[in-house]
Amino acid sequence: MIEKRIDMIYTDNNATTRVADEVIEEMLPYLGQFYGNPSSMYDFADSVNKKVRQARAQVADLINAAPDEIIFTACGTESDNAAINAALNAFPRKKHIITTAVEHPAIRSLCLHLQEKKGYKVTFVPVDKKGRLDLDTLYSAMSDDTAVVSVMWANNETGVIFPIADIAKKVKERGIWFHTDAVQAAGKIPIDVKAEGVDMLSLSGHKIHAPKGIGALYVREGIKFSPFLIGGHQEKGRRGGTENTASIIALGKACELANANLPLLNTQVREIRDYLETRLLDEIPATSVNGDRENRLPNTVSIGFDAVEGESILMLMNQAGICASSGSACTSGSLDPSHVLMAMQVPFKSAHGSIRFSLSHYNTKSEMDTIVETLIPAIDRLRQMSPFWENGKVV
Amino acid sequence: MWDYSEKVMEHFLKPRNVGALEGANAIGETGSLSCGDALKLYLKVNENERIIDASFMTFGCASAVASSSALTEIIKGMTLDEAAKVTNEDIVDYLGGLPKEKMHCSVMGQAALKKAIADFRGIQILEKPGEMVCECFDVTDLEIIDAVKNNDIENTENVTNYLKAGGGCGKCLDRIEEIVHKTRASMETDSAPD
Repeated sequence: MIEKRIDMIYTDNNATTRVADEVIEEMLPYLGQFYGNPSSMYDFADSVNKKVRQARAQVADLINAAPDEIIFTACGTESDNAAINAALNAFPRKKHIITTAVEHPAIRSLCLHLQEKKGYKVTFVPVDKKGRLDLDTLYSAMSDDTAVVSVMWANNETGVIFPIADIAKKVKERGIWFHTDAVQAAGKIPIDVKAEGVDMLSLSGHKIHAPKGIGALYVREGIKFSPFLIGGHQEKGRRGGTENTASIIALGKACELANANLPLLNTQVREIRDYLETRLLDEIPATSVNGDRENRLPNTVSIGFDAVEGESILMLMNQAGICASSGSACTSGSLDPSHVLMAMQVPFKSAHGSIRFSLSHYNTKSEMDTIVETLIPAIDRLRQMSPFWENGKVV
Repeated sequence: MWDYSEKVMEHFLKPRNVGALEGANAIGETGSLSCGDALKLYLKVNENERIIDASFMTFGCASAVASSSALTEIIKGMTLDEAAKVTNEDIVDYLGGLPKEKMHCSVMGQAALKKAIADFRGIQILEKPGEMVCECFDVTDLEIIDAVKNNDIENTENVTNYLKAGGGCGKCLDRIEEIVHKTRASMETDSAPD
């Protein structure tokens, strides 16, 4: 049996999160004894149906939506695909999509596919060196041919937050649908779909302490939605397939907890993130933060260490039980650093050595100390070995 | 996570022969910051053309460090003629295998060694022979043909794994496929019985 290290420090919460104990407790009965199909006509199934309804309300609450505006899906990727698919179906003559250069592959690869195989024109709106969106380019790209604009709420690698309310307003003025991938933003910053004027929004369970395999798509009432998964009458005909009841109930509970923990994220978690960032910048030379430090998720920091390579850093951290991720090429099997860091024109000297730490409320300040104390000798060691490091600087 | 052999991890965590070598009389450099990995190989060669010491400095992932470390261990004590015959496969074997996506780390070792030997013998490698195919990673058609023949590569994906070619913008992938195709066709003709 694989055992978890007791001294493990988990700072990769933008990749996935620990399932909250309360969530497991809430979902377990529906994996076990309460296995009824929520559509069936007897009390045994109706009790499950009631819990699914409750979960729908809990998810809706997190983003200030109405329960009927929530569709359960299998993941963030499905939500994104379903949203774009619905928009293209609603406007079959429109052949233009606008998105950003820094989207998650769920949107990015889909848009590239639509461009390469389906004859759509896609505008990938660039970002500046701090990862901020070029809004002028976005707005001037809108045309009568544009079916949908999809802009992530916050970036997964840098945590940079985009001005969703402003964008949604301008997009809607043109009569274009607006979708946002809020997989990283949900549960970390307040989200109000009504105030922000969003048409469709994707979120994912496993990023907010629910299990993997469950997501949700918010579809504003009045949007002419067509299903992506065609099948039974589930989700009011908007998504076929028997409900993943236990996971739906888990997602509901996770959203309730996320709502309650939002203040914690923006105080305690933000503080220890800032503490980690400050110590790394102060105590390790030639180190820089990727992205706009002002408008950023409270839990995320992407930090570049000049002249060293990310995978090597991760491997040395792994020796100490520290889990984080890297924007470097070598970790993914691709050969270029992440498209996000490239879009931000992060120089190669630090792009290849960029590490993302993403925290949760389970992290502690003393863990941040351990990370810093592990990284100081690790970076030094790799730099001693690097042909691009001489006398304390990059050559 | 990569499925690294114990030997790779051991050479990454405790690399042999790290750092600039005092008194080195041959140096071979390959890779760059933009490529994501680079190796600077130092050799001390005696009057009988025997490598009496070797060291390296590497920027790159665990397998790049391990490949460099392994290379220096392999070539120490060899004559330059013997070293000239060392291939990337020797490095891979020494390490008990590398994930296929990481083969280019071993190729980098072989390339740096070639350059160091040329450096000692005063041979200038000014321009690479052949026609440029992958501009992102500076790989020519002759290098691709060599890699296909030496490593029995069957598809473009493995060309990228071994040489990185095609792993950047991807514009040259069709051209690589064509080269793989032609090279394999010629290999089959070459080995066909009379």
